[in-house]
Amino acid sequence: MLSYAWLILLFPLVGFLYSSLLGRLLDRRSCGVVASLAVGLSFVVGLLCLSELQGLPAESRFVDLTLWTWIAAGRLALPFNILIDPLSILMVLVVTGVGFLIHVYATGYMHGDPGYPRFFALMNLFVLAMLMLVLAGNFVLLVVGWGGVGFSSYALIAFWFQKPENAAAGTKAFVMNSIGDVGMLLAAFLVFVNFGRLDYAGVFSQASQKLTYNGPVVTAICLLLLVGATAKSAQLPLHTWLPDAMAGPTPVSALIHAATMVTAGVYLIARAHPLFQMSPTAMGIIAAIGALSALFSATIALVQPNIKRVLAYSTISQLGYMFLAVGVGSYVAGMFHLVTHAFFKAVLFMAAGGVIHALGGEENLSRMGGLRRALPTMYWGFLLGALALAGFPLTAGFFSKDEIIVAAFSSEVGSPVLGAMALLVVALTGFYVFRAFFLAFHGESRVEEHVRHHMHKPGADMGAPVLVLTVLAAVGGYLNFLGGEGAMDRFLEPVFHRYATPVPYIEGAEALKEPLMLLSVCLGLLGIGTAWLMYVRYPRWAVTVGGWYPRVYRLLLNKYWIDELYGWLIVRPVLALGRFLSDAVDPAITDGVVLGAARTVRDFSSGLRALQSGFVRDYALAVLGGAVVVLIYLLQAGGVR
Amino acid sequence: MIAPVSHYLVLSGVIFTIGVLGVLVRKNPLIMFMSIELMLNSANLAFVALSYNFKNVDGQVIAFFVMTIAAAEVVVGLAIISSIFRIRVNIDVDEVSSLKG
Repeated sequence: MLSYAWLILLFPLVGFLYSSLLGRLLDRRSCGVVASLAVGLSFVVGLLCLSELQGLPAESRFVDLTLWTWIAAGRLALPFNILIDPLSILMVLVVTGVGFLIHVYATGYMHGDPGYPRFFALMNLFVLAMLMLVLAGNFVLLVVGWGGVGFSSYALIAFWFQKPENAAAGTKAFVMNSIGDVGMLLAAFLVFVNFGRLDYAGVFSQASQKLTYNGPVVTAICLLLLVGATAKSAQLPLHTWLPDAMAGPTPVSALIHAATMVTAGVYLIARAHPLFQMSPTAMGIIAAIGALSALFSATIALVQPNIKRVLAYSTISQLGYMFLAVGVGSYVAGMFHLVTHAFFKAVLFMAAGGVIHALGGEENLSRMGGLRRALPTMYWGFLLGALALAGFPLTAGFFSKDEIIVAAFSSEVGSPVLGAMALLVVALTGFYVFRAFFLAFHGESRVEEHVRHHMHKPGADMGAPVLVLTVLAAVGGYLNFLGGEGAMDRFLEPVFHRYATPVPYIEGAEALKEPLMLLSVCLGLLGIGTAWLMYVRYPRWAVTVGGWYPRVYRLLLNKYWIDELYGWLIVRPVLALGRFLSDAVDPAITDGVVLGAARTVRDFSSGLRALQSGFVRDYALAVLGGAVVVLIYLLQAGGVR
Repeated sequence: MIAPVSHYLVLSGVIFTIGVLGVLVRKNPLIMFMSIELMLNSANLAFVALSYNFKNVDGQVIAFFVMTIAAAEVVVGLAIISSIFRIRVNIDVDEVSSLKG
């Protein structure tokens, strides 16, 4: 099966072509089925590959499948190769598994939308690009997948482009991602200049010979890759596109935020760890960015009124955790959290989408409330997802989050400051997600009268994926216990031991583990309890507390004014420059040159026009004159003797 | 007794000049055509005379070519004149300037 791994890429491609070319002509309803089936088949192929991979001895679990020679020019010989190893297959399973459930959910959610075939064509394109990204065996293919993900997310976020703000949100995501793409491209160039090749196997195995440890070149490569990773994973300072990306349909939010796209940055750092480990500077920056993003966006999520925005900021925050993990060299913890996050964040988004769908597009928490009885599936889905997100004991998030916190404290490149930030975020997370939960499902109903009468309950096609993911969010953490504790470690070990020695832990790390676990559980419960007190028990407290610190509240509500800052620092100067160029430079200089050239030609030719009188006599005279001149010349020159 | 070649060349030059003046001065296109014929045939005369003088047959060959081309030119020219005449009765060349730039 491993030599047929390219089928993983083929199915979404076929699905994309079907929906975009045939489906809209034949049968619009079939697009959803075909698209879901395509992703499902990829998942099956991924499972088959996994089982075969596990059958191989640990050190040969790397299949570098060269499909054809892609580019051959001079000393560049670039194969179109896909790399199948535990890391990429894990990503494939997450992308296609969660992606499949989201596709099924979307067949219900998007039912009756005029752009139904277009939606599923783009969804399949998105999955295709993401699979290309994770299966790529060289940096160029990685960049292709990277760009493809950026494009299809742009098209999906701006799916309802009839509203200008949706189109603007798509553009914003595209611009931010393009900044990252530039970083990725420059990194690939640097790799090529220094290694003369671009395939992972060659680059990683030669990294320690061709680059100096912590030298400027390797740091530059890592930081450029990091630009790409921060843009795609919406980390500081390139995070602003992600909350705006909520403008897209909710399945898109689930697909982008849970299974794909945003995890690409974490995957990239894990994949390129042989390079990153040669640059402690870059690793330190990654960890710092991760911890800061986690804390920063968790505080924003505390006060957001829009249910999807709360989840969006929570995604940034959780990705911050993953960055922190890979930044301190604990790749397995990062990847583990990536997987569990895919489960519980997908279910949170789907449940939120169910609520929004039922309320006819209402996303504001202050116009929800008391929906527990009306939407039981969504209620339980959101509850389990929220518990997992908050790290409630024995849910999925509990195991993976604790691994990261322990790593932050006990890795050799970690520090207590990073660990303390991670702990603080646990409490904030418990609070903000349960604030959203209580506001949406508990308390008095604040749903508007006319909406309440037309509430449409989601059907089985939306309910079933939510149920599956609810179960996964509850038990996903036990993936790490398949066949004894540390299953993830054993599974991914061959990848992270192949080209580099793992980052060691400080002494006494084991002793830290249990106290930290206890502490983080207590903090999580504290956050949940506070939310319960403020939004269920004494609902008036929320307003009171907000009133105590009006400045802080406004600061958080307006997301630290980051958007305004970028608008002021970048957008406004660029617009002003554009206006200056169009008002002053263009008419004077550009038009002057262009119109001046035209005017010169016209004047010259109108002078020549006078010669063409239309009288035969004039022409004959001119011919005679010419003949005489030629004759005189020949006589003078002695040409005729 | 054959006249020297210079006589022929002088005669040819005179006829050619008459032809040129005819084209430039006369208004009637038919007369202008005759003048063009004069010029062409003066050239023919020069060709044949020089051919005889240098004992080289090339000039006579060219004279035949010129005659052929002259015949073709007359056909085209008369066709143009008759179509102009169809549109406007007056075919005075000074009145016809629709090719003015």
